[in-house]
Amino acid sequence: MSSPLITARGLTKKFDEFVAVDEIDFDVARGESFGLLGPNGAGKSTTMRIIGATSQRTSGNLTILGMDPEKFGPQIRAHLGVVPQQDNLDMNLSVSENLYIYGRYFGLSRKFLKAKIEELLEFAQLEEKRNAKVESLSGGMKRRLTIARGLVSEPEILMLDEPTTGLDPQARHILWDRLFRLKEQGVTLVITTHFMDEAEQLCDRLVVMDKGKIMAEGSPAQLIKDYSTKEVLEIRFGSERNSAMADQLRGMCDRIEELPDRILLYSEDGEALLEKIYSAGLHPKTSLVRRSSLEDVFLRLTGRTLVD
Amino acid sequence: MIISAAVAIAEARRGRLGERVYSGRSRAIFERGYIAFKSSTWMVILSGFVEPVLYLFAFGYGLGELIGNIESNGLSIPYAAYIAPALLATSAMNGAIYDSTMNIFFKLNHDRIYHGMLATSLGPLDVALGEIGLALLRGFLYGVGFMAVVAPLGLIPSLWGILAIPAAVLIAFGFAAVGMALTTYMKSFQQLEIINIFLLPMFLFSGSFYPLTVFPEWLQFIIKALPLSQAIHLVRGLTLGQINLGLLGHISYFIVMIIVGLFFTTKRLNALFMK
Repeated sequence: MSSPLITARGLTKKFDEFVAVDEIDFDVARGESFGLLGPNGAGKSTTMRIIGATSQRTSGNLTILGMDPEKFGPQIRAHLGVVPQQDNLDMNLSVSENLYIYGRYFGLSRKFLKAKIEELLEFAQLEEKRNAKVESLSGGMKRRLTIARGLVSEPEILMLDEPTTGLDPQARHILWDRLFRLKEQGVTLVITTHFMDEAEQLCDRLVVMDKGKIMAEGSPAQLIKDYSTKEVLEIRFGSERNSAMADQLRGMCDRIEELPDRILLYSEDGEALLEKIYSAGLHPKTSLVRRSSLEDVFLRLTGRTLVD
Repeated sequence: MIISAAVAIAEARRGRLGERVYSGRSRAIFERGYIAFKSSTWMVILSGFVEPVLYLFAFGYGLGELIGNIESNGLSIPYAAYIAPALLATSAMNGAIYDSTMNIFFKLNHDRIYHGMLATSLGPLDVALGEIGLALLRGFLYGVGFMAVVAPLGLIPSLWGILAIPAAVLIAFGFAAVGMALTTYMKSFQQLEIINIFLLPMFLFSGSFYPLTVFPEWLQFIIKALPLSQAIHLVRGLTLGQINLGLLGHISYFIVMIIVGLFFTTKRLNALFMK
């Protein structure tokens, strides 16, 4: 394997006394889709900004394409496409002007950009909106424009901070499709998300972050295998009885998690476990057997759910 | 490593002085301003041009009828010719301050335009210079526009007066650099009003409408130290052809404003975006 594109060792960021990123280690390989999964405030965006050479680390080592972002900020930023969590499109400019001027910021020529803008408008499915003001676009369109804008410099690494937060399901799927295409073209993706389904869909490998620390690392399937069971049985007895019933259920399965509205029972065979519960004379109001997800991994690692 | 055009451009600057804060592409910021200007800020530009012309007619000719000629450094000139250079200097100041405070505050805190710019291979000094360049363009347009109105009226007695246009640009540069630096420290729109509280009295008492000699000496001393007074005396010296070493002093004053303003703007933008 070639040397990693991004290497972080003991990466730490403090804001006064608050430790936002706490001695994290990770590598990102060329062409992979790497995810930072965690709840709000886990330190994901701060990590992204440090990689993006727009924030300085407090301590630790970081190399991006063999360079230290503190010494070679502009050179590193020329390799990156950045899609921030909060859209910062240029509201005074039209869709195609946004792409044009962003290319100009990188110093790209008008001739190059003329062809590039056409390519990007097609990629972002915004050809018909080329002359529209940004304000008139829907949330999904703005997001696609921001991604297209990040691609104007033909970056090797695309950094996406919460790419689909606030979008409706249809807009999310369109966006995921676009990101898959980029991955096929060999663009390395670094993605933060607090949606487990997004992490499972998009990431080859991810780190689970909480309170500035990395709790676990691996592919989505590997993490589920390591930190959860194959299946999960979700049952509800009604909010008042859940906790009383949980005591009786303990011992019937590998692990049990009590949430305010439901009980999660971890087992290799959910249906069999449900039968066992019925034959013990317990009758939950509702029951559901599903496969384990990253949400369960996170719950196991931190004792909390991803989306509060 | 893939060498895209953007990477080749950024790599070409490796090792240059100040490469971390300046990429030599402030013209891209300037270009953005031009594109945005084409569609939006026309009215603001127009009002900035009309305002001094209105003052000129209302006071220069209205009040001027009552006042007649006025003495300036031993020269007797019509009242309108006395206030015209002050109005030019003031409009250069107002335009530069509007651009560098309101406009920049909005881009900094609301639209987050600079966040986008600084995620590219640009540096904060590119942004500062580009934005200030726009303020200069505005100062230049005001200068040319105002001269086109007052010169045919015979209010620019000296040929040196043509230099009032570059002087307006220099004044705009100084105010824009300091205005932008101050804006980067402001936390709310309300705080920007503090700047405006200074501007109006400075306009009224800086020798715009009558010589400073009407004030007691200690007050004259304070007023002369204010930037608008420096600006007015620079432009008036040129339009009236009263060329002396004092003008160099005024020019130096603005060069210092530019250097100090740019230094703090770059420093603050670095602190705001690279934290």
